[in-house]
Amino acid sequence: MEEFTPKLVGARVKRREDQRLLTGQGAYVDDHHPPGLLHAAFLRSPYAHARMTQLDTSAARTREGVVAVLTGKDLVSLVKPVRAVSKMREYKETSFPPLAVDKVRYVGEALAVVIAENRYLAEDAIEWIRVEYDPLPTVANERDAAQPDAPVLHDEAGSNVLLSREFARGDVDAALAGAAVRVRDRFRFRRHATVCMENRGCLADYRAGTGELTLRSATQCPGLLRDVLADLLDMPEHYIRVVAADVGGGFGAKSSLYPEEIVLCAVARLLKRPVKWISDRQEDLKTSTQAWDEIVDAELGLQADGTIIGLRADVTTDIGAYSIYPWTATVEPIQTISFLSGPYRMPHYRGRNRGVATCKAPMGPYRGVGRPITTFVLESLMDRAARRLALDPAELRLKNYIRADEFPYKTPSGLVWDQASLTECMQKARDVLDSDATAQWRVQARAAGRWVGVGFATYIELTGVGSAIPVSPGMPIATGTEAAFLRVDPAGTVIATFSVAPQGQGHETALAQVVADALGVSFGSVRVICGDTALAPQGTGTYASRSAVLAGGAAIRAGQALKEKALKIAGHMMESNPADLDIRDGQVFLRDKPERRLPFRDVAKTAYAGLRRLPKDMEPGLEVTRFYDPFFGTASSATHAAVVEVDTETYAVTIKRYIVVEDCGRIINPLIVDGQVRGGVAQGIGAALYEEVVYDDEGQLLTGSLMDYLVPTASELLPIEVHHIETPSPTTLGGFRGMGEGGTIGAPAAIANAVSDALAHLGIEINEIPMTPEKLFRLVRAAGADGR
Amino acid sequence: MSEPNEHSQARPVTLRVNGTEHRGQVEPRKLLVDFLREDLGLTGSHVGCEHGICGACTILINGEAARSCLMLAVQADGAELMTVEGLAPQSGGPPALPGKTGQLHPLQTAFWEHHGLQCGFCTPGMLMTAYDLLQTNAAPSEAEIRAGLSAVLCRCTGYQGIVEAVQAAAETLRAGEEDQ
Ligand code: FES
Ligand code: FES
Repeated sequence: MEEFTPKLVGARVKRREDQRLLTGQGAYVDDHHPPGLLHAAFLRSPYAHARMTQLDTSAARTREGVVAVLTGKDLVSLVKPVRAVSKMREYKETSFPPLAVDKVRYVGEALAVVIAENRYLAEDAIEWIRVEYDPLPTVANERDAAQPDAPVLHDEAGSNVLLSREFARGDVDAALAGAAVRVRDRFRFRRHATVCMENRGCLADYRAGTGELTLRSATQCPGLLRDVLADLLDMPEHYIRVVAADVGGGFGAKSSLYPEEIVLCAVARLLKRPVKWISDRQEDLKTSTQAWDEIVDAELGLQADGTIIGLRADVTTDIGAYSIYPWTATVEPIQTISFLSGPYRMPHYRGRNRGVATCKAPMGPYRGVGRPITTFVLESLMDRAARRLALDPAELRLKNYIRADEFPYKTPSGLVWDQASLTECMQKARDVLDSDATAQWRVQARAAGRWVGVGFATYIELTGVGSAIPVSPGMPIATGTEAAFLRVDPAGTVIATFSVAPQGQGHETALAQVVADALGVSFGSVRVICGDTALAPQGTGTYASRSAVLAGGAAIRAGQALKEKALKIAGHMMESNPADLDIRDGQVFLRDKPERRLPFRDVAKTAYAGLRRLPKDMEPGLEVTRFYDPFFGTASSATHAAVVEVDTETYAVTIKRYIVVEDCGRIINPLIVDGQVRGGVAQGIGAALYEEVVYDDEGQLLTGSLMDYLVPTASELLPIEVHHIETPSPTTLGGFRGMGEGGTIGAPAAIANAVSDALAHLGIEINEIPMTPEKLFRLVRAAGADGR
Repeated sequence: MSEPNEHSQARPVTLRVNGTEHRGQVEPRKLLVDFLREDLGLTGSHVGCEHGICGACTILINGEAARSCLMLAVQADGAELMTVEGLAPQSGGPPALPGKTGQLHPLQTAFWEHHGLQCGFCTPGMLMTAYDLLQTNAAPSEAEIRAGLSAVLCRCTGYQGIVEAVQAAAETLRAGEEDQ
């Protein structure tokens, strides 16, 4: 295959999707109002754990505007139950009914749905459903859940421990026994909510005439939904179309199958009318997948010179009430023990985990999956080790990074890092920070009684994962390929359709850049369409930092295949050897004699003009479909640096500088890449300092509104300084690496290290996020300091 | 048997939106944002929380920024409203062809140039809030912009592109005033 020569790729092209979004012409799910539209509202459990002894919908059915009321029992005959299957050993498969049957397991679980002429009436009728509950003891947290006498959430599993796994290399116990220095701590990431600004929602429409079901959903994974819905509804896949047009943020929370999507499809098919459900914010906070809620006990051993010799860790993850489809409850805990060895040479390692079910909203993937906490744990231990050994934390890292000549490097959990720029990222971060000047400032500020600190965090992550490993362990669905469907119309416009489905990542622009370069046409002549399974039937969606790698690779392959055919046609038209021709800026030209040229448009027209105008035996038309599977996937890496100050009166943390130096391979569009990094860091800052989902001991959600769950505003954030080391991936087509999650991966760790540095004189080392003023106050008090 | 619904007594409402007068019959309990989106088809104003925090529903009511989720449509009777659809000199026309720009307000142009949006869901509320800010403060500092925009949540951008865009738009608008 021909080398890929970037031209538009790498350019700061303004986004094409912005025009409609800036003028209020976006097409989010809620913007659709097909004729005859009905509206759904769900009755949700006020109890964390209860048996339903009575569920009477008769009064609700008679209310004004009500068309139907359905319960879990009504659905049993309409859809199969969802089973989050995994082939992983030590994983217990459980059911997640779309509407609860007999028993509810978390506050907010849907148990009935009202379909009415408008949403106001549907919500009115909800009040008329009578439910009697027999409350069961609440399984409030991971500690209670794992007790032998704990009430069991899923009888079929027999225990609340739904999964456990171990990855090991070498003999970590022996290695740590011989370590000159050992540092250990119990680290904790509190429960986190994604908070996409667009709440979840969907609209199902069934056409009895054709038997076609269309689901518009605020989802990241239309292809994946189509496949599972076909199974659950027992319909052929090609009769189901899932469309995700404009989607208002996803970050992982919109990548799973949700009960409401199933219910709406079943109801639309039953009633043969379109039905819409749009979550309100409270429902979204109660029912969208939540993240993290993990405890990691970890210990790192080093030699006296700072060389790492081993790491052992035990991880407990509160997976909430249900294992979600398709990722299952393993998604976060397994990635945690997979990634814990980090960017360092790690001769001895053991990571064990357990995932336990509690009465909380299901845990699911969130930006960074497993990597934010592993980076936090390992990078915190590195700083503790540096303090013990009186070494510079950056030097300690430089000493232990996997070296350039050690790639490809196989990690203790079996992942393969193809290549990364660990040393370069750290060195550049130190340069940008101006380490010496910063160190001097720190000394002066501290002398003046201020609590200031600097923290680093380095991570390496696997992106663009191909078919060698499933995105989530033991998962039966294929996540290793994506396709590009390219069609040139007779006027020379390229319509490029992809099965990936963005929620703000700018695919319509970035993928157009790739296609245009691969084919040699202008940016303006490529139109990209994403997120519609009728147009791009094969593929799953946008998640796990995969789209640039997988869809980008497919775009290159498809573009080059189209180019090959176009050159054959052009050769015939120009009476030249196709091998002597090339395409640039929409012109086919003779390489040796560029003035001999032909507009690409004329070639496109000829392609459809019939055999008489085409080379002998050539099939008319100009379109191709190409798939791409990067097989292993490729590493992305970065070093983050944070400079913080902790207010000695209020204990509020202010971030004074935030620097990211990252290597995401060949950059398709720097504008988009920088935006992704900054947005990711913003979410990481929120996690580090403000955000926490809180349930009380009865399993009631205390953070059910945006007044209680604090998302950072413009006032809390600062300009993020983003720098790049651009090393094309040696293993992916085009050299692209994934990067959508990285910002969130590095930020909690870098900020925690900076806060620990600021409070080091008090003997305080951060081991938990969020670092709220209240928590810092308690730590300072416990350390016996009064704040001055 | 349906019972008579006390909510269904629709009341007449007359209001001007983006310079056009609209008359409608609306239930007293209907939120203004639902009226705009469902009855008038102006789906640019978004609903992100319905409890006055996210700011996605921000529009101008009689020239001032307000949350259309915290108001009933009947309360806006007689008011003059402006939504994101009214920001550009002529929007709502056929979608612009790739590479061709329709008319945009300087704020919209600046958001485009400075990557002030990703998913675009917060964008209408953000634009209207910024418009309101620049009406009262033609040359805001970065801190003033951040404080002004803190009324609207964005989960995608980290606000950096948005803040830069508002700074740039303020300059463009000031330059435009000086020209006149
Ligand atoms: S929808 Fe009005 S402020 Fe959130
Ligand atoms: S651009 Fe997505 S919320 Fe602001």
